[in-house]
Parts: sequence; structure tokens; C-alpha cells
Amino acid sequence: MADEVTPQAPETPPPPKPPWEEKPVPAVPRDAATHPLVVELAAAVPGLEMQAVEFAGQVTVVVPLDRLLAVCRVAKETLGYGYLVDLTAVDWKDRAEGRFDVVYWLHRHRDEQRLRVKVRVADGVEVPSVTGVWKVANWMEREVFDMFGIYFADHPNLERILTWEGFNGHPLRKDFPLEGIDTGAAIYPDVYPPGTGPARSGGEGGGA
Amino acid sequence: MSDPATMHVFDDTEAMEISFGPQHPATHGVLRVMVKLDGEKILDAKPIIGYLHRGTEKLFERETYNGCIPHTDRMDYTAAATNNQGLVLAVEKIMGITIPPRAAYIRMILAELQRLSSHFIWLGTHVLDIGATTPFFYTFAEREVLLDLFEEYCGARLTLNCMRVGGVPYDLPEGWTGRCRAFVDQLPAKIADWERLLTNNRIWKERTVGIGVISAAEAIEWGLTGPPLRGSGVRWDIRKVFPYDRYDEIEFDIPIGTHGDTYDRYLVRMEEMRQSIRIIRQCLDRLPDGPVMAKVPKTIKPPLGEVYASVESPKGELGYYVVADGSDKPYRLHVRPACFINLQAMPEMIRGHLVADMIAVIGTLDIVLGEIDR
Repeated sequence: MADEVTPQAPETPPPPKPPWEEKPVPAVPRDAATHPLVVELAAAVPGLEMQAVEFAGQVTVVVPLDRLLAVCRVAKETLGYGYLVDLTAVDWKDRAEGRFDVVYWLHRHRDEQRLRVKVRVADGVEVPSVTGVWKVANWMEREVFDMFGIYFADHPNLERILTWEGFNGHPLRKDFPLEGIDTGAAIYPDVYPPGTGPARSGGEGGGA
Repeated sequence: MSDPATMHVFDDTEAMEISFGPQHPATHGVLRVMVKLDGEKILDAKPIIGYLHRGTEKLFERETYNGCIPHTDRMDYTAAATNNQGLVLAVEKIMGITIPPRAAYIRMILAELQRLSSHFIWLGTHVLDIGATTPFFYTFAEREVLLDLFEEYCGARLTLNCMRVGGVPYDLPEGWTGRCRAFVDQLPAKIADWERLLTNNRIWKERTVGIGVISAAEAIEWGLTGPPLRGSGVRWDIRKVFPYDRYDEIEFDIPIGTHGDTYDRYLVRMEEMRQSIRIIRQCLDRLPDGPVMAKVPKTIKPPLGEVYASVESPKGELGYYVVADGSDKPYRLHVRPACFINLQAMPEMIRGHLVADMIAVIGTLDIVLGEIDR
């Protein structure tokens, strides 16, 4: 029985596999200099030097620090980005062109478009606050200050927000260890005796 | 107002500053508000947060992508499913993964059940804060039944951990769809009961109408999302604007208010519950067969790049900003918490009101400190 040959049906190409059975194709960055959102921004802010990248359908423009406030003002008042969705930072510890990325994620309701604006800043360089443009930026900038130690110039109330006053260091910096640091938690002196934590990174926490 | 001529004027009074919380039961967790009072009138308020800060974003950086999901459960602990959903959507976007339709439908059912359960907690506690005890027991009784459905699906009632990059970890258990349908079928009558207690209740209206008003323009300026934005009359919902999973195949409406006060936000959330029921019914009707996981590599290693993805959580826009560096761990994973942003507008909404109204405003913002402090 085993060696009995059954007549083969004529070869038909197998039906295409549904996308969830294919190997996923990760997103690739693409130059977005001609993207309508970027063209529009370039027209609204004359003489703006920027790099524009599109990744996974989202457009990012990197602008120079001294033009940030102008870009944000124009984005809100002329281009209609009335809603600041998110403001955060990324620590690229040893990057030559500035340690931190400060990232602004803008939305406008007119055509439901989003644009990411980014600035690169070195450690210790002040970033102009955008609280005068979008009120919502207040707590977001406080969080970035608390977590990364990035100072925002002209912020109305730049205090720590998630950690406490006197906390030692800025937790989301890459050189802040996950455990063992003396964070200034003097209420548990038997667990973390003052001054016994590992070498601490920058920040205004200072000595123990 | 009494006649100024006969009113006793205290010349030597000064504003009093008191600390409200962080252990006050009406602050829904460990919120502390420094309020400046003139008698019982609020001159200014300053929320002080961070008592529940656990460094979630730092912890993300040492976990694999799927390992981050249980941490998200613990942010907004009343809505674990939508927290999971936002994270997996972001990673799927960067990886270019398309999930099977059955997985998408199961996700939507779980997310809408979660929205119902979150709104049950909101209604029960909000009404309890304002002084009506009964609805608390009604909504929490329904929530118990709802959590049984979650328990049957994934074994957990609160911290669900019920989604994975590429789909959902389990198929629905035998008979689950029937029990889910039975649950949502009896719900509209219950919601009507609750509304009968409140919507035209004079005390309820006295406490909520005209309290905590915020205009549409101000709401956008302060970045409000979710019911606080829609209560001000902005018809904006991530499920419609940037449809994820298969929300584009489902019919539902976005309820909005007109006055932007506590009462309108209450009406918006009540209608959202009915819309969630409508979505769940459609999902159960159309639930396709097939796998619940896409073909995903064993180790998830997204390429170098950054992506933001957001979901409409019960509280508002919950977003995840993922920066990948080509390794199996996120280089940076930032959460855009809806409650954190919504709470920021609270001082704006209560200035000039009475202390008792602050309780109403905290309740109507539906904050969860786990998400605010992360």
C-alpha cells in the first residue's frame, strides 16, 4: 500500500499566508524632508535647520535648541498644534552631540496629525520651558527635571514631583543604579546608612 | 449672600493652609492636596504626588518587552487590560507585527470589560464620596461578577497580564462567550437602576451641576483626555481618531457633554458604559475563529527606533513611548499617563469652590494614584 502512487493534482500555488503567519517586517527609518508636515513646518519657520525622519508612520524633526521656543510657538499658533500630548526625555549617556533628547509630541485636532519635535541637549544645559505655550507642559517638565536633572529656563515652579525634596540624584539617568544608592532616605538609616551608597551621579542632591 | 451692611466682617482673618491627605479616604489613594482656604472657600490648591512612586519606567529598562507587561498592570490597577494593550500595541508597531483577528477581538472584549469595571469603581466611589452610600454596593456587586470573567480567562482578577506582543496568551475558555453575553445582557437594566437613583436626584444635581467647570479650549490647553475632555464637548476618542486592534470595524458612539461640569462628565461615563456593552456585543457576534497569537520571534528584538502608541483607557489617552536600541530590552519606555495629566488641571477646576466640591472634582477626574506616580 505504501508504494502505491496516487495521481498528483496539478500544482497550484499555495494561497498567500495571512500577515500574522508571516515573519514580521520591522519598521525602517526613512528621510522625511518632503513629508507634508515637515514642509509645512519649514515654511512656517524660515531658516530652520532640521533633520526629519519618518519611522513607523511617525514623523520626528530634530531642531536646534535655540529655535525650540520659536518652533513650539509657531506650531501652536500658526500650524494649530493645540494639544501637547507628551513631553519626555531620553538619556544617551555617551553621545557626542549632547547627552539628552528632550522629546515633544504634538497633536492638532484639525486633521488629527501628530508631529514629534526633538532637541539634543548636553548635561547641564538649560532648555527653554514651553509652559508659556502649552499649560500642560508644567508637570511634564517637572517630571523630566525630577527624573533626568534637565533644567527648564523660565519654568514657573521647577520642583521635584515624583520623588521628594532632597532626593539624591535623578533616577532615569542611565548611570543611576537600580538599587543600592543612597537616595537620601534618612527615614531608613538601618537599611541605607547615610553616605554608604555607591558613587552618585550628578544632580543637585550633593553630599549625604 | 447676606447684606454686607449687616454682615459681620472679620478684618483680621487670613488665608489658612491645610494639608488634605495623603491618607484621606476621599482622595482615592495617596493624593495630598495643600489647599489654601478662606473659610470654606478654596483660594488655591496644590496637589502633591509621588507617594506611590515605584520607578516603573526605570524597572522597564531591565525587563524584556513581554516582561514589562506585568509592571503595566500595577499602574492603573483598576484597568490592567487597557494598560497591557497600550504597551503591546507600541511594540507591535515597531516590530511590524499584525495580530490575528481573533486576538484583536478578544483584546477589544477584555478592554471594554475593563472599561466597564473601571467605570463601576468610579461611579461607586464618586457617589460614595459625595454622600450616597447605596450605589457603591450595587456597582461593586456587578464588578465582582465581571472580575469572575477575567479570572476565568487569565486566572487573575486585578493584575491581569492578559496580553502579549503578537496577540493574547490564551484562547477564550469553553462557554466563556455565553457567560460574557449573559453578563452584558443583564447590565443595561442595572445601569438604568443606578441612573434612576442619580440622574434626576435633586441632591446629586445640587452637588454636581456647575461644579468643576472647564471649557473645551481650556481642556485642550491642559491636555485633558477621556471623559473630562468629552464632558466639555470635544468629540475626541483615540478609538475613533487612531483606531487600534479592530475598532474600525465596530460601530459605537462617542458621548459628549455640553457644560464641562461634574454632572456632564457623569452623564458621559454612564453613556460610555452603554457603548462598551454595545461594543462587547458586536465583538461576541463577530468573534472570528483562528489563532490568538501571531508568529512572533521567541526573543523580541525591535530595531533601533522610537514609536509612540496610545489607547483610550477608561481615564483618557494612555500612551507608551518606546525607544528601542536593537536589544531585547527597551532602552527607554515612557508612559504618558492619563490621570497624571488630568490631575494637573484640578486646581484650575476648583478655585473658588468649597472644600466639599473638591471631593466631587477629585471623584469626577477619576484618578488612580498608581498611574499618576508610577
